[in-house]
Amino acid sequence: MLIDRQARIIEKKSWGNYYLFRIESPEIAGRAEPGQFLMIKVSNHLPPLLRRPISLHNAENGAVEIFFQVAGTGTRLLAEKEVGSTMDLLGPLGRGFTVEQKLKGQEVFCVGGGRGIAPLYFLARKLKKTGAKPVVFYGGRTKEDLPLTNKLKELGLEVMVSTDDGSAGFSGLVTALVGETLATRSPAFLYACGPEAMMENLAQLCQRKNLPAEFSLESIMGCGFGACFGCVRKIKRNGQPSYLKICQEGPVFGLEEIVWQEKENG
Amino acid sequence: MVDLSVDLGFLKLKSPVLAASGTFGYGLEFKPFYDLNALGGFVIKGLYFSPREGNKPPRLVETPCGLINSIGLQGVGVEKFCQEILPQLAQLDTAIIVNVCGEDEDEYARVAEYLNHYEGISAFELNISCPNVREGGRCPAQNPEATYRTVKKVKEVSSVPLITKLSPNVTDIVSVALAAQEAGSQAISLINTILAMAIDIENRRPRLNNIFGGLSGPAIKPVAVRMVFQVARAVSVPVIGMGGIFSAEDALEFIMAGASAVQVGTANFVDPDVCLKIINDLKNWAEQHGVEKISNLVGCVKI
Ligand SMILES: Cc1cc2nc3c(=O)[nH]c(=O)nc-3n(C[C@H](O)[C@H](O)[C@H](O)COP(=O)(O)OP(=O)(O)OC[C@H]3O[C@@H](n4cnc5c(N)ncnc54)[C@H](O)[C@@H]3O)c2cc1C
Ligand SMILES: Cc1cc2nc3c(=O)[nH]c(=O)nc-3n(C[C@H](O)[C@H](O)[C@H](O)COP(=O)(O)O)c2cc1C
Ligand code: FES
Repeated sequence: MLIDRQARIIEKKSWGNYYLFRIESPEIAGRAEPGQFLMIKVSNHLPPLLRRPISLHNAENGAVEIFFQVAGTGTRLLAEKEVGSTMDLLGPLGRGFTVEQKLKGQEVFCVGGGRGIAPLYFLARKLKKTGAKPVVFYGGRTKEDLPLTNKLKELGLEVMVSTDDGSAGFSGLVTALVGETLATRSPAFLYACGPEAMMENLAQLCQRKNLPAEFSLESIMGCGFGACFGCVRKIKRNGQPSYLKICQEGPVFGLEEIVWQEKENG
Repeated sequence: MVDLSVDLGFLKLKSPVLAASGTFGYGLEFKPFYDLNALGGFVIKGLYFSPREGNKPPRLVETPCGLINSIGLQGVGVEKFCQEILPQLAQLDTAIIVNVCGEDEDEYARVAEYLNHYEGISAFELNISCPNVREGGRCPAQNPEATYRTVKKVKEVSSVPLITKLSPNVTDIVSVALAAQEAGSQAISLINTILAMAIDIENRRPRLNNIFGGLSGPAIKPVAVRMVFQVARAVSVPVIGMGGIFSAEDALEFIMAGASAVQVGTANFVDPDVCLKIINDLKNWAEQHGVEKISNLVGCVKI
């Protein structure tokens, strides 16, 4: 866990509301694992007061990449940064995805909804290196919500896309596409990141199929490193469900550990 | 060489900068970022007798230059704190202050009694001012009589020096401060968070599950400086000031208003090493202004 106050943006791409930055930060890149995240200061002035959590989309050759969608003030300010300017990064934070050696030679599913695809690129690269065969499912509202399709394909992976409006790939929710695919194929593991409803749906699928899985959860974060207790969710770890810190114990949790929000509220 | 040390009478601090309760975890969370021995000290997260689950999320909402929290004092309880956490803090050479909480006067006293038996605690900070655990944000610090009773009760059983932490959610802060002093508190710290609320206009609901929370951060600083000024003029015990301190300049305002030491809260979330920076900047400021001893500035504001 480090603070890099002089991380330089060396590349910037954008597609509508989505942005991808490559940022030079050798020490953070050297330690980063898929599923971990950064807390980013979006501006040198107040407001906004707090840093914003953004997943590590990739880490390679002394640089990290982030992929994000503008969701409000903080991400809008972040999007305004230009190549050559510096950023203040805190990371890598949290516990990432588990990639076990026994996945070697096995097919595994990585399911990303919208901006949730961000950490799955990094994960898919690691899975591939381990010798697993990742299949990436990438769902969006329309084809404009799938800017990373080519980048994923360039990794040499099988990529299946879905859109709610049918403008690209499978027409319907990504969960339906995964469900359909599971009728004929039996992956050894499933990883997912995306909207809560998508992940909860996938969790039910996995339970029915006895498919082990991990999910990357979101929460509003005050600090990102365990100091504020603001980011908690109900998690079953070692027995009874209790409030665990998403930033420290997660953001990635196992299928059996998560108490889905609707259940908790109901 | 600027002398940063502070003598509170019952406790000597290396520097006037402490980290505030609830914003510094159990201290351990900050070890990766810097040597905690540079601090004047830090205040542990609020401690009840038993472990507590805290409030239901969402527990945080950001507002302009502020943060509203309704954590509700999720924490480990005295037993686990003394067995597992305190020993890890024992090697540190800095003041360790425990923020003591209770549902009622008896619980405050029980926490203090339990902790008395352990080495390595420099002082208790009686948190009679948390807005997040009782309905409507009520707490003993809201009236002088309840403050007096609670402080007195803890004072009777405690073998560790007492600081009492006040709430800004009162009409007359001075009367509460005087009650705490009269009951034997050796210092006063203030302010805790300001009772607050934010609404999501799209779904017409409060943004916090708890409805109310406590506002902290730069937004509350002017209110805090005013209250520190009022209290410091009225009491004879030292005052520890806090509320929105993000820089050495902010800290100096509190010191000039009458605070012998300051606590830094929310800023730790944004820059985990902010306390270190504030200490260094204080040193530089004093050098540039020909101030030999920081404590010479306490209460120096000219009226
Ligand atoms: C571990 C983690 C990893 C993340 N990774 C990415 C990523 O790789 N790419 C990406 O685009 N987004 C990611 N997010 C979500 C991102 O942090 C939020 O979109 C961002 O904080 C919103 O800030 P804002 O100032 O733009 O919006 P605000 O104006 O603060 O809020 C806009 C909306 O976003 C919601 N929101 C605010 N903070 C968060 C938060 N911490 N998490 C989720 N929703 C929030 C608010 O409730 C509101 O509905 C991640 C979140 C977490 C917790
Ligand atoms: C997330 C959070 C948790 C807090 N928990 C406690 C606590 O356990 N006990 C306490 O006395 N004050 C607690 N406080 C109040 C702070 O110690 C401090 O009084 C207040 O935040 C004002 O300072 P700041 O503006 O620098 O944060 C908490 C504040 C925040 C933001
Ligand atoms: S975000 Fe502060 S504890 Fe998790």
